[in-house]
Amino acid sequence: MTEQEDLAARRPALELRARVIGALRTFLDRRGFLEVQTPVLTPAPAPEQHIDPVPAGTSGYLITSPELYMKRLLAAGFERIYQFTPVFRAGERGRLHHPEFLLLEWYRLQSDYRALQDDCRGLLTAACEAAGRSDGWFRCDRFLHVGAHWLHLTVREAFRLFAGWEPLDPLDQDRFDQDMVEKVEPRLGFPAPCILSDYPASQAALARLSPHDPTVAERFELYWAGVELANGFSELTDPREQRARFNVVIEERRRSGRSVTPIPERFLDSLQHLQPCAGIALGVDRLVMLLCCASDLDQVVAFPPEVVPS
Amino acid sequence: MGSTLTAGELRKGVKLEIDGEPYLIVDFEFSKPGKGQALYRCRLRNMINGTQFDRTYRSGDKFTAADLEEQEMQFLYRQGEHFHFMNNTTYEQYELTEAQVGDAVNFLTENLVVSSLLYQGRPIGITLPNFVELRVVQADPGIKGDTAAGATKPVTMETGYVVQVPLFIEEGEMLKLDTRTGSYVERVKS
Repeated sequence: MTEQEDLAARRPALELRARVIGALRTFLDRRGFLEVQTPVLTPAPAPEQHIDPVPAGTSGYLITSPELYMKRLLAAGFERIYQFTPVFRAGERGRLHHPEFLLLEWYRLQSDYRALQDDCRGLLTAACEAAGRSDGWFRCDRFLHVGAHWLHLTVREAFRLFAGWEPLDPLDQDRFDQDMVEKVEPRLGFPAPCILSDYPASQAALARLSPHDPTVAERFELYWAGVELANGFSELTDPREQRARFNVVIEERRRSGRSVTPIPERFLDSLQHLQPCAGIALGVDRLVMLLCCASDLDQVVAFPPEVVPS
Repeated sequence: MGSTLTAGELRKGVKLEIDGEPYLIVDFEFSKPGKGQALYRCRLRNMINGTQFDRTYRSGDKFTAADLEEQEMQFLYRQGEHFHFMNNTTYEQYELTEAQVGDAVNFLTENLVVSSLLYQGRPIGITLPNFVELRVVQADPGIKGDTAAGATKPVTMETGYVVQVPLFIEEGEMLKLDTRTGSYVERVKS
């Protein structure tokens, strides 16, 4: 197939992608969110245990998420903001992973993660309308329907149900990750999306711990058809706790021989002004993939990532 | 010893050495749960005995690439269960078992040049050329008057292989066969 034929064959997926992005944007605009753009280049990305940023020479790094910049806007009093942005993660390449992908990230001041779950419902409903999927459809022989009952499961419940054990801290991280991928995720989100919430505190990332139960973090993931679509938190707003968590991650990365990036000091400075808030990031390519009945992200972008010659 | 690979270099088609045996990654999936670590899920096939198993690897895992090389070899002769081949450049001779030759036995004639996969210097299997030419040693005459389109009959080739061919094929003729499908392609004009 020539490149011209290949791209022509992608046209239906690219058109659907454009319609879905338009619908998501309209939905957020109508709910009073302000669309923003923040830098893709940063001197100090958020330190993450298992995400490797792509270095950008003397310019620093490409962002792995727009989170730190968006929180700096929230700290200045922007109540509801969103953005579509490409993000970059080194070495991630698979059916559901691209080293460069499109995130829709949005935040709400004076809210917790429950308000985000309500946004998710509205956004996915709007996306299905734009894609002509409101009455449900079959993808890979499984029926999907945004209007069916959305199951809410805590991580503990889901592991008891599908993996047969209870993930309590201190956690066997290898077993947790492997069972999550092999036993839990494939069962989530049929026919309607599923909310998986209340992660063990050790898996909190940038989430705050639950005021009702400090053994769990106010973090949730949105799954549909076994595919992780979004990750949301009630955000951690305590600068001291945040610095401590960054230091733990950096120390752990150093110990395992992975690259280490500078502490994002300007972000930490802004945290003292940050009111309680919640934020979430949704993988747009993955959503489009489900709506297109595709099974591989490569099918829903114009140009799948090319192999870098070694 | 093969070179060292990291988990990030695993993908479908990569060959690894595990417990002293060569394995081919026949299925591969990169996955990463939420904020968790990257997992590299592989289905591995033993390149010597064909057994398969699934295994999940993590970022820090290290691997040894299977020390494999491919060579062209000429088939010399068969002696019971043993098949003898020779590298025409080095004149080195190699012996393969019937199991290692597998279905290729149907198309092997003396002097045929095949490509052979060697693991640590020992051949573990052969790949035939896509097309071979073999002589028909036994064919019943086509039934007169049977002109139904696509009608075929079985004939026996010099290797003992039985293949369906058009009715006009006769004993003693050379035929071109596709070794990937095992099917008749055309008559070779002599």
